[in-house]
Order: sequence, then structure tokens, then C-alpha cells
Amino acid sequence: MATQHSRAAARLMISPAVVLLLGWMIIPLAMTIYFSFLNYNLLHPGPHNFIGFRNYYYFLTDPSFTTALWNTIVLVLGVLLITTVGGVLLALLLDQPMWGQGIVRVLVIAPFFVMPTVSALVWKNMFMNPVNGLFAYFAHSLGLQPFDFLSQAPLFSIILIVAWQWLPFATLILLTALQSLDSEQMEAAEMDGASAISRFLFITIPHLTRSITVVILIQTIFLLSVFAEILVTTNGGPGTASTNLTYLVYGQSLLQYDVGGGSAGGIVAVILANIVAIFLMRMIGKNLEG
Amino acid sequence: MARNVTPARKATVTVLAWGIGFLIFFPILWTVLTSFKSEGDAVAIPPVFLNFHWTLENYAIVNQRSDYLLHFWNSIVISFGSTFLGLVIAIPAAWAMAFVPGRRTKDVLMWMLSTKMMPSVGVLIPIYLLFRNTGLLDTRIGLVIVLTLIDLPIIVWMLYTYFKEIPGEILEAARMDGATLRSEILYVLTPMAVPGIASTLLLNVILAWNEAFWTLNLTAANAAPLTAFIASYSSPEGLFYAKLSAASTMAIAPILILGWFSQKQLVRGLTFGAVK
Amino acid sequence: MTSTLRALFGACAVAALATVATAETTITVATVNNGDMIRMQGLMSDFYAKHPDIKVNWVTLEENVLRQKVTTDIATKGGQYDVMTIGTYEVPIWGKQGWLESLNDLPASWDANDILPAIRGGLTVDGKLYAAPFYGESSMVMYRTDLMKKAGLTMPDKPTWADIEKAADAMTDKAAGVYGICLRGKAGWGENMAFLTAMSNSFGASWFDMKWQPQFNGDAWKKTINTYVDLMKKDGPPGASNNGFNENLALFQQGKCGMWIDATVAASFVTGKDSTVANDVGFALAPDNGLGKRSNWLWAWSLAIPAGTKHSDAAKTFIDWATSKDYLALVASKEGWANVPPGTRTSLYENPEYAKVPFAKMTLDSINSADPTHPTVNPVPYVGVQFVAIPEFQGIANDVGQQFSAALAGTETVDEALSKSQDLTVRAMTKAGYIK
Repeated sequence: MATQHSRAAARLMISPAVVLLLGWMIIPLAMTIYFSFLNYNLLHPGPHNFIGFRNYYYFLTDPSFTTALWNTIVLVLGVLLITTVGGVLLALLLDQPMWGQGIVRVLVIAPFFVMPTVSALVWKNMFMNPVNGLFAYFAHSLGLQPFDFLSQAPLFSIILIVAWQWLPFATLILLTALQSLDSEQMEAAEMDGASAISRFLFITIPHLTRSITVVILIQTIFLLSVFAEILVTTNGGPGTASTNLTYLVYGQSLLQYDVGGGSAGGIVAVILANIVAIFLMRMIGKNLEG
Repeated sequence: MARNVTPARKATVTVLAWGIGFLIFFPILWTVLTSFKSEGDAVAIPPVFLNFHWTLENYAIVNQRSDYLLHFWNSIVISFGSTFLGLVIAIPAAWAMAFVPGRRTKDVLMWMLSTKMMPSVGVLIPIYLLFRNTGLLDTRIGLVIVLTLIDLPIIVWMLYTYFKEIPGEILEAARMDGATLRSEILYVLTPMAVPGIASTLLLNVILAWNEAFWTLNLTAANAAPLTAFIASYSSPEGLFYAKLSAASTMAIAPILILGWFSQKQLVRGLTFGAVK
Repeated sequence: MTSTLRALFGACAVAALATVATAETTITVATVNNGDMIRMQGLMSDFYAKHPDIKVNWVTLEENVLRQKVTTDIATKGGQYDVMTIGTYEVPIWGKQGWLESLNDLPASWDANDILPAIRGGLTVDGKLYAAPFYGESSMVMYRTDLMKKAGLTMPDKPTWADIEKAADAMTDKAAGVYGICLRGKAGWGENMAFLTAMSNSFGASWFDMKWQPQFNGDAWKKTINTYVDLMKKDGPPGASNNGFNENLALFQQGKCGMWIDATVAASFVTGKDSTVANDVGFALAPDNGLGKRSNWLWAWSLAIPAGTKHSDAAKTFIDWATSKDYLALVASKEGWANVPPGTRTSLYENPEYAKVPFAKMTLDSINSADPTHPTVNPVPYVGVQFVAIPEFQGIANDVGQQFSAALAGTETVDEALSKSQDLTVRAMTKAGYIK
């Protein structure tokens, strides 16, 4: 029953948000595209020559580029895997009757409130440090050599830290979804003699699909740009073992002050992110229609 | 409705859940405990859990060294400011998308989300130059603007999923009664949407509070929030675990407490329309 | 009507107050979170007593964050800071660009001729002093006298790398958590590359030859990195590839290191109140290989004023205070001579009180033995002992540092790390136009 009038009003109401975001997207993007064709190093003042696609050439042929691409994928998928599987299990557990559920929920949600920088600093220094960290102490008391997390398994360690921050988010969304599950349906299935496993597979999981999709979408948006955790813990190393695309671009533009190269990297990252975005949107679109 | 559960099963679940909850929470607990230790106790082998000499000296040192209240106030202004501004812009947009959907509404929504995928590090220099030219460097208003734009897509989306669940018939009824657009929003929609708005607000305050790239790079002395405060304690010279812990505790405590008190609201908002 | 008038008056009064308040100049000082700078912030009451019209806003940050922020700001002329804390790497480059204000007109009482010549030389471009040194440092060997005694060894004042290896082997007792030697491994041009570049000088290596060709494929670098990795694998602490200056300092203070080759400023921390081994520390010059160059560097954290600041006078007043002889005396009176910012002034080292400080002489000898203009055995086209004073260096050295960090962690072999370093340096130098 949308009238001409209400359509116009609606457009008026949407426009501030759209115009602002359009500006926020286009202005920096246009500047970045422009810079990406210049020989522009912040530390060399003077005229910046137009150099065509040379910045792109150097960025794309950089041996670290493929590593970074791969690391980005591993990082995003690793964290998604841990948080969704862990989230489902944890949500199932928290959905059971127990004493002090409220308090447990408070404990579980807490990591989500912690600044990424702080959590990375805490994990790096107080847990994963092979001399003073708690993990090293436990290894020693079991008679083992302490494992040097950040140099032997840098990407895994970062995945662990990031997963710790995002597990609460996944758990809580999934828990809310579980609580909305029709218990009568469950009971009926139970009466019919369906085993706990088949109830989980055929009732719970389908019910959760939608929330899992949402978890994946929101987390992917944030995980593609994981940065602080890498900067604080490994600086992308050793070598390029924990460099993701964001960190690679950071290195170009803010460690080398190569604005041209960094911009080219930024554009490449934007293009890749948008490919992921289109893919995700398709998936979400399908799942959220209903 | 509650199914019958044996006490033994309930006890097992309780122990398991508390155990896991404790493990997840432990890093934070350990940080808070360490903040009350002397630097020597903080690295003691074997680690001391509770039986150490409790001291407030780290807090005293941190307070003496940095202007905690200034950073704290900046964090408050920036996170709440950007969230409120974001809500003001997003509420009409989300309302329109939910109740007067056009053919391209979904696309617009998805496009908005995709702007969040732009890697901030790649556009710092352009933004820095823009901010310099407009005099927004190291101002709270500058950061409010940036964070509003960054979180706007999430705000719009959360609100949209909320509004969509409000049954359209109610609005129809109100319209029949001759309600204008404004009163429709004010008296019918708003009360129904308040829980959704509240949880959107909470989530975005948290996201803005913890944003550590723009807040660190666009500020110097005046507008620097708690993320910059932390950056002055990460790896200084000498033993620093206890001081770092004290600073970390001070940086995360406000948002942790806010989050705990409002977690029911927040959790409801976290569903992003995924729960029907 | 009257209420409007009153409001108007009120507003005027507020405005008037505001103008009075702005007569006080506020300057923003960006600095590193190192101990000596933190100490200065605690002593500001002295400055305010002398200059009540100047207010100082501090921006204290971890070194890497600080460097990124001030470089971005000065290169884009952002104007957020009135005083920046920068090092001997930045000063020659920024000075040449005209980004810094000359400090030649500091008052005569500041006494520029008193600044150690090696340090002053590093901060001067074309006869203009562009930064005032807050503290200067070289690097040296710090070792545990008690552990050396237990091992039946003595440390020569001028050790060779062979002496260091022998001592490290003898002191290592991994079961007791004592590691013979702690060295930097954390990637970064100011972290492991500062140490390794200085170390490579004593092995006869250099970054570039006279034609700017990278030299990582040469024998000298191979020998350097092999010595370093072997030594650390045998006698170093676990996780060394993540240890920078601060991490090593913490380890040494806890008594976990037999030796530590690092910045001379560390001396006051390892003998200070936070240290569990304060009374058992000896000092020696950084090791050499008999090739005529030692493996010590030269650095000075210095205060500089970005060109174009509106508060240049207040900024100069502040710098004059912070780097003056009086400031040294002030710290000495409050915290003792051992805690005075070292390595900047000749008069400090002529002071009989300061001569009693155990590390004073070794610090001065180390600083004097570094020569930024002739850093290597073979001639090179650049200046800088542990760095190459070209803008591209930071970026390249960060990447090379990652390779050597990986070699130390064992995720790459030394040969792989060197050949990758060579490749990436050639690429970057070609892109920057040094290699035609």
C-alpha cells in the first residue's frame, strides 16, 4: 500500500545515510586510486610523477603477496571454524538447565568487551611468552620444553587470540537462536524415539542455519581486516608467516611510507574484499530471504 | 514446559559450564590479578594466584604518568557521540527500508555493509590529508565523524532487521486513525523499537570503544582516547607486566561493567534478525 | 531586557577569561615511553616553576607507534606536534628536506660545544643543528660477573666474538633457566636490524657497495648471520625471535641472561632498583673480529621542532630546559647520578661524581668508538652505523629483519633468509631508482 508520497518520503529518509556512506566510500577511494598511479613516497617531497601501473606491478609480484593472500584466507576460515563449531557446542551446553547460568554467561561474554590491542598484549606477554608466560610454566611443570607459540606457530597463535575474542559473539547469537527453538517439536521428536544425535542434526542444526550465516557474515567483515593483533604480537613474522593483506598494505604505506605502493595495495585489497562480499551477500541473501 | 532433568545431569552440566566459562574468562581475571601485584610477583615462578602481597602501586604509577580521566572522557564522548549520531542518521533510513521496501532496498543494504570491508590502513593517508585541511586532526568531533561512518552500516542493518519484525498491520491501523508520518514514528514505532535501538546502541558503543586504528592515528594529545593510553604502556623498558595489567584493567573496566549490566539487552540485539 | 544584557556581559566575561587563558602557550610534545622520558614527565614541576606561561601536553607512545605518527604528521605537515622525539636516523633525512627548524639559535647557556662530537655530528646537516640530544647511546656487552666467576672466566675489556662465544657456552645452564647470551631477535629496523647491521660491520659486511648494490649474497653477511643464529640456538633463550630491547631487558633483570649486547642506556636499568642482579653486572666494549670495526652502534633520542609550528619559541624554551646541563643536575639531585640521561655532554663525563657510576667510562668509550661517517670496513656510499640514512631504509630493513627473525626462529635456513633478503632489497632499491 506504499503510495507515491510515502515512497518519496522513504527516499528522503534513506538519503542521508546513503549520501554519507557514498562520500565516505568515494572520496578516499578516489584519492587512493589517484595516489596508486603516482610515485609518491611521503619521505620524498616534491612533485609526484605519474608512473602508470608500476605500483600495482610491484605489489602483485611481491613474493609476500601470495603468502599474505593465503594467510588472510587461513586466518578468516580458521577463526570462523573455531568460533562457529565452538559457539554451537557452547551454546548447546549453556542452553541446558544448570545453576548460575547468568553468571556463566557473564564469564563467557567478557572477552568480547576487551580491546583487541589489550587482548593481544595480554596473550602475548602473560600466556604465550616462552619464558615468563603461563603456558611455559605449565609445560615446565609437566616436564616439557615450553612451546614458542609466536615464532613456531605464529598464524595459529593469532587465530587463537582472535577466536577467543569472537567466540562470545558467536555463542551468544547461537544461544539466543537455540532458546527460540520450539521445545514442543523437540519433545515430539523425542517421543518418536529420535536419538539425541539425529535430533541435533535434523532439528537443531537447520534451526541454527540462519544464525550461523549471520555469524559468518558479521565476523568475516571484521576478520578480513584483522590488524592490531598482528601488529602487537608478531609484526607479521617471522618472515611473512603471519602477514595478512591488511598488514601487508600497512607495511607499504606506514612502515615504508610508500603512499603510491600502499594505495595500489589498498585498491587490490578493496577489490578482493568486494569479491568476498559479493559471494557472502549471495549466500546471506538466500538464507535471509525467508 | 521445563523438561525433567535429573539432579546429577544438572550438576554435571553446571560443573562443565562453569569450568569452560572460567577458562574463557581466565585471561581477563589474570590481568586484573596481575595489576595488583608488584612487578616481581607478576613474573614469579611458580606463578602466584592469590597469595601475593596486594598493592595499588601500579595504579598509582599509571595515574601519575597519564591523564586517565582525559582519555576516559574522550573514549566516552567518541563512542557515545558516534553511536548517537549514527542512530540519528540510521533510524529513518532503516525505517524506510523496512516499511517501504523498494526493488533495490536489499542491494543498498548489502552495498552499505560492503563499505565496511575497505581496509582502513590503505586510506589513512588520504583521510589524514583531508583531516589536516579541515582542521579535524586531534579533535573529538573528527573521530566522532569517522567512527559514525564506519559503524553506520552495522547500525542500519541491525535496526532494519528489528524494524522488519514489527508487524506492518499496526502501522496500517495507526494510519487509518489518521496518524501522520511523524506521529506514526513517534508514538507507534518508537516504543516498539526501543529494545532494538537500545541493543544497537550498546553494541556500537562497544565497537567504537575498542576501535584502535583511527582513534590512534588521528589523535595526538587532546582527543586521544583509551586506545592511545594503552599504547604508551605496551613494551616500555624493563619489567612491565604489572603496570601493563593495571593500564589494561583501567581501559577495559568501564566497557566491561557497562556490558555486564546491560548484557540482556545486548544479547537480544546481537541476533541481527537471525532469530525469528 | 536586563537578562539579555546580563547574558551578554556574562558571555563577554567568559570570552575575556578565555583570552587570558590563551596567553598561556600550550605545546604538544611527542615522545617515546622510555624510562628517561617518563622520568622527565615526573620532573615537570621544575619546568613549570621556571616557565609558568608554558603548558606541556605529553603524547607518550611506544616507539613504533610514535615513529609512525610523527612521520605521517611531519610529512603531511599535519602540525599536531610542536616538539618531536626522533633519532639520529630521521634527523639527517628530515633536516635535508627542510622539515625541521634549526636549533642554532638556542641560548649560549645551552652550550652546543659541550655536546659529544660524535652525537652532534649525527644531528647536524650543512652546519645546522636540527635536534637537541636528550640521551645518547652506543651498544656494549653487559655480563654477569658472578656467572663468569663461577665459570672460571674473565671478560676482557675489548672482547672478540670468539671470547663472547666461549663465555656464552660456559654460562649457559638451561636447567636453571640461565641462558648464556640474550640478543635481539624481534624483526624491525630499530630492533634486530640495529644489532645485526652493527654486528655485520665487525665481520666486514655492509648493506651496499659504492654502486648501491645490496651485499647480502656475500660471505661477510653469511658469516655474520651464521654466527648469530648458531650462538643463539646454543645459548640463547627460547622465543628469542620475539625479543627486542625491552623483552631482553626484562630477562636480564630477572637474572636469566649471562650476557646481553645492547644499548648502553640499559646499564642504568640492569644496575637499578628493578633488577635482581644489580650488583653483579660488568661491562665491556662490543665485540670485534680484528678487522678494525667493532659491533657497536650510535644513536641519540633527540628533541626537534617541526618547521612551521606556531609555538616555536615555547618549543625552544622547552628543549633548552630538557637538554640542558641544569636538567642533568636536576635528575642527579632527585634520583642520583646513575639515572641521569647519558651520552650527550662532555661536561657530564668530566664530572668526578659521574665518573663513580660503574658504566660511565664504558658508555663514553663505546660512543667515541662509533663512526657514522665511516661505519664499515669497506667504503660505502651512505652514513649511519646501524642504519643507512636513506628514506627507503626503514621499509627494506623491516622486511630484511623479518627474514633474519625467521632464520633465528628456524622457520627458514640462513641461506634462504639471505637470498630472500638480497632479492627484496634489489627489488626495493630498483623501484626507488638507486639501481638503474
